[in-house]
Amino acid sequence: MKDVIIGIPIQWYIYLSVALFCIGVLGVLFRRNAIIIFMCVELMLNAVNLLMVAFSRYFGDTSGQVFVFFVMVVAAAEVAVGLAILMMIFRNTKSTDIDTLNRLKW
Amino acid sequence: MLLSQYLFFFLSFVAVLSALMVILDKNPVHSVLFLIVTFFAIAGHYLLLNAQFLAVTHIIVYAGAIMVLFLYVIMMLNLNKEIEPHKKNIPKVAAVISAGVLMMCLVALLKGAEVQMLPAARNSNIGLVDSLGKVLFKEYMLPFEVSSVLFLAAMVGAVFLSKKEIH
Repeated sequence: MKDVIIGIPIQWYIYLSVALFCIGVLGVLFRRNAIIIFMCVELMLNAVNLLMVAFSRYFGDTSGQVFVFFVMVVAAAEVAVGLAILMMIFRNTKSTDIDTLNRLKW
Repeated sequence: MLLSQYLFFFLSFVAVLSALMVILDKNPVHSVLFLIVTFFAIAGHYLLLNAQFLAVTHIIVYAGAIMVLFLYVIMMLNLNKEIEPHKKNIPKVAAVISAGVLMMCLVALLKGAEVQMLPAARNSNIGLVDSLGKVLFKEYMLPFEVSSVLFLAAMVGAVFLSKKEIH
């Protein structure tokens, strides 16, 4: 397990993270269901996490992995509050379609 | 090709494919399940990078806690394919174009990046509990405590928001 990353250049991890992040962005723009949009935000956070772990491994610095912990903490808190808000929206509008919430639209 | 390269390509393929299925599948429950597959593939990448503790935490927190929360909410709202909102075609095309442009910009930006592996990276046990705990509880003690306050605030907020109002 010691030298398992020797054959993998860090560029591959950069491209993988870019691909996952862009799929997340596409999902946020593409879908109208608020729950799917939340899931795509999680996907974007995970792409960034993956890149941070890769850099921390390639540079031999533990701080990057500690930051991943804090990103996970914030993601968990965000999901808890966000889903509670979503439940409340559903209770009022009977749907999770984000286009029904257009009161702030200019 | 080395075994690790095969593993990298396999895990990347699984991750990207299931991430695409998350946004293309019409049924929200299937989307959640595909997202769990993506998270397991990312945990495999963490193992490949020798960050074992983070891989286990990732599975416990994401697949074990966050996605279960999503599934419960979908179950409580009783979402399915029939009440899935339909979108017009023009916003969809615009979304695909803008995401594609973003991806092209990022790839063009990062294409020429030269990254040298530092000599310190030869030390392959930075992802173990031992070294991770030392850094977390020495250098990042204050953020660690602040994050617990954040969790408390999130918990109170979630309970307060989802409570039915009593008139």
